[in-house]
Amino acid sequence: MTLLNISNLSLRIGTFEILKDVSFSVAPGEIVAVTGESGSGKSMTAFSVMGLLPDTAEASGALYLEDQNLLDLSEAQMCGMRGKNIGMVFQEPMTALNPVKTIGDQVMETILIHKAMSPDQARDRARALLDRVGLPEDRFPLGRFPHELSGGQRQRVVIAMAIALRPKLLIADEPTTALDVTTQAQILDLLRDLVREFDMGLMIITHDLAVVADLADRIVVMRHGELVETGSTQELLHNMQHPYTKMLFAASNHQVTLPQAPAPKPLLEVSGAIRDYPLPRDGLFAKPKHFRAVKEVSFTLYRGERLGLVGESGCGKSTLTRAILGLEPLQGGDIRLDGLPITTEQNPEIRRRMQVVFQDPFGSFNPRHRVDRLITEPFHTLTDPPKGMARSDLITETLRAVGLKSDDAQKYIHQFSGGQRQRIAIARALITRPELILFDEAVSALDVSVRAQILDLLAELCEAYGLSYLFISHDLSVVRTITDRCLVMQKGEIVEAAPTEEIFSAPQHPYTRALIAAAPQLPDLNQGAA
Amino acid sequence: MLRYALKRGLSLTISLAVASLVIFFVIEIAPGDPASFMLGINAEPDTVAALRTELGLDQSKLQRYLGWVGGMLTGDFGMSYTYRTPVAEMITDRMWVSLPLAIYALTLSTLIAFPAGIYAAARRGKPGDMAVMGATQLGVAVPNFWFAMILVLIFAINLRWFGAGGFAGWDEGFGPAMKSLTLPAIALALPQAAILARVMRSALLDILGEDFMRTARAKGLTRRQALWRHGLRNAMIPVLTIIGLQFSFLLAGAIIIEQVFFLPGLGRLVFQAISARDLIVVESVVMLLVFAVISVNFLVDLAYALVDPRLRSRT
Repeated sequence: MTLLNISNLSLRIGTFEILKDVSFSVAPGEIVAVTGESGSGKSMTAFSVMGLLPDTAEASGALYLEDQNLLDLSEAQMCGMRGKNIGMVFQEPMTALNPVKTIGDQVMETILIHKAMSPDQARDRARALLDRVGLPEDRFPLGRFPHELSGGQRQRVVIAMAIALRPKLLIADEPTTALDVTTQAQILDLLRDLVREFDMGLMIITHDLAVVADLADRIVVMRHGELVETGSTQELLHNMQHPYTKMLFAASNHQVTLPQAPAPKPLLEVSGAIRDYPLPRDGLFAKPKHFRAVKEVSFTLYRGERLGLVGESGCGKSTLTRAILGLEPLQGGDIRLDGLPITTEQNPEIRRRMQVVFQDPFGSFNPRHRVDRLITEPFHTLTDPPKGMARSDLITETLRAVGLKSDDAQKYIHQFSGGQRQRIAIARALITRPELILFDEAVSALDVSVRAQILDLLAELCEAYGLSYLFISHDLSVVRTITDRCLVMQKGEIVEAAPTEEIFSAPQHPYTRALIAAAPQLPDLNQGAA
Repeated sequence: MLRYALKRGLSLTISLAVASLVIFFVIEIAPGDPASFMLGINAEPDTVAALRTELGLDQSKLQRYLGWVGGMLTGDFGMSYTYRTPVAEMITDRMWVSLPLAIYALTLSTLIAFPAGIYAAARRGKPGDMAVMGATQLGVAVPNFWFAMILVLIFAINLRWFGAGGFAGWDEGFGPAMKSLTLPAIALALPQAAILARVMRSALLDILGEDFMRTARAKGLTRRQALWRHGLRNAMIPVLTIIGLQFSFLLAGAIIIEQVFFLPGLGRLVFQAISARDLIVVESVVMLLVFAVISVNFLVDLAYALVDPRLRSRT
């Protein structure tokens, strides 16, 4: 007997077709993972079930929860379903809770809005739920506010809210995408246990195939609003039919071959770097305290080396990156690029020799400038920037190097996709032929197939230009293939530094081991994927 | 919360001290002698000298500043030169008109703006929203004295429900006094309500797009419930800011309305004192208004902390 039965669900907003004839089902106690890249319609499928679509959306087909077609229900009836029969967990735990209400009130609200219990009983139930999701009373009383909790703890509150009335169906939309790997592992365990305990159906939306393979009983692969392939996890993993599914799994586990690194010659030397942030004073005249984000970090990046820096959020890797870029002052130690000290004072020489590529391909460009102007921005660090033909030749050459066409130079940034924008960001970093490039989570926002292309591009550029880079990422699988050596950072300190393969095959530090163990992994697919 | 209040209180005290210094020295630095300025160019030298002694201009600057501040702290604002009455008395009399008027107008403005803003936000893009937005556009554009004249024309001259102007005085009782403040309060409130309603609407619309509003809907709240329970309090920060600014404005900025309705308020007092070059009155009233504005800001700061728990812990 099925719990949720989606049949021929189509959805359009205006003339735009979002979903086309999507059909699949979820049984009680079953975990179904809906996966696909951005724009595949996987989130819209979830919102269709919740009845939380934009006003202009028109849905057709049928969405049966047990014997009720949700599409036939009125808005008032749907309000009675949401929270009671269908619970939902969202992607962004940091913003999913109301900042001005206590966590207790927010969990109780789910119960009270459906008039399921008296307020006193609801309070007891809220307490029991928070205990159940791993937020014990002594540390997390009901009167806590969301801002006093970490991302993982907030996600636990959201889960407690979603399961408060023991819904038959739980929908989780990228529930761990915004979380660190160790937190992700805990949240996934919690979800799995809850499904077993309450015999709920779980529909989990995720782009992360390693999570899918690890957790789901059944997999639904979507692309451009259509269902591409579906089947039980074991069957689908070992017997993929559709080329898109094969491509998706291959891209998730994409490996590149880096050229041999030259003999070690120091390029970037970080020695004893300390970065403190001032904390508010305890009393009006008390001495201000400091939070030490980077604690006497030392390492050397050699010329031609591809160095990785991994760690969870809050470990200090972004702070260290900003200090290396000279954007933040150090409170101790020093950083040198080829012997030149890096300080917060503008030094065009250092800027020219060191460039950076950021995570967000959408926010890091001025939308009013054309590509040629965007990628030549670093020219202001040159004493004699190329002009005229030399300039346009260099633009063309650089765009080609990153896999774009020369006439892309006259376009604006909104005309490009996320992957193309990241190529433009790399072109901007590359155009002054810097000796060192920092990649700060540079592929984290990209879909797996696009990410695979960018990783290939980096490997090609290493071959062509002998790049040295520092690759900062929380994604271990990417770091594993794209770096020669790797630093593991925890609480402001580098706890392990070794050749990348060694780190992954024989981690020494307990934290490194925990990180690697927590990262979900794609199983070895004996059915060779394309 | 207590520490937050204490810190805000400290910053209030410092602001007042700085403001008093600035007011004192601006009048001090102004070219020419205050006494001869007050008496005009045709004054006899011995009249000027007498006024200088009366004003204490022969003392040192520090002595005069301390005397002025000390006087204000004990309720002695000096003697008005033109009216020959204690400034404290004049200000108290005027305050009994201006303060109730400001509170009355602000209450009306809030009572109009909140429902209008919430109504418009809940019906974004629909005819109801457009009607409210159109009306507020008009309210922002039309000056309040014009509203005042229209109100007088309709309610005082045609319908004869209200007097056309003047203040009955509190001795006549609460009813008649409030009645004579009603038309001015409405004239003052309408443009303020229009601004406040627009702020309320846009603050709410910002909140409606937040993730936690979607979470609320996923729990089973209707749109309306989500708006009232989760939207409103989060939208209050910008609204409180505007209410604070409006109260300060209403207290001192009602000069034209007071003129139209012949109300003996603070605005008219400042206006008359400036025309009569009565620097003692000007100095005191300006200081009083600064005090009022800073105090209102202090209250707004406290209200922020009540609304948003994040401000309480961030001392």
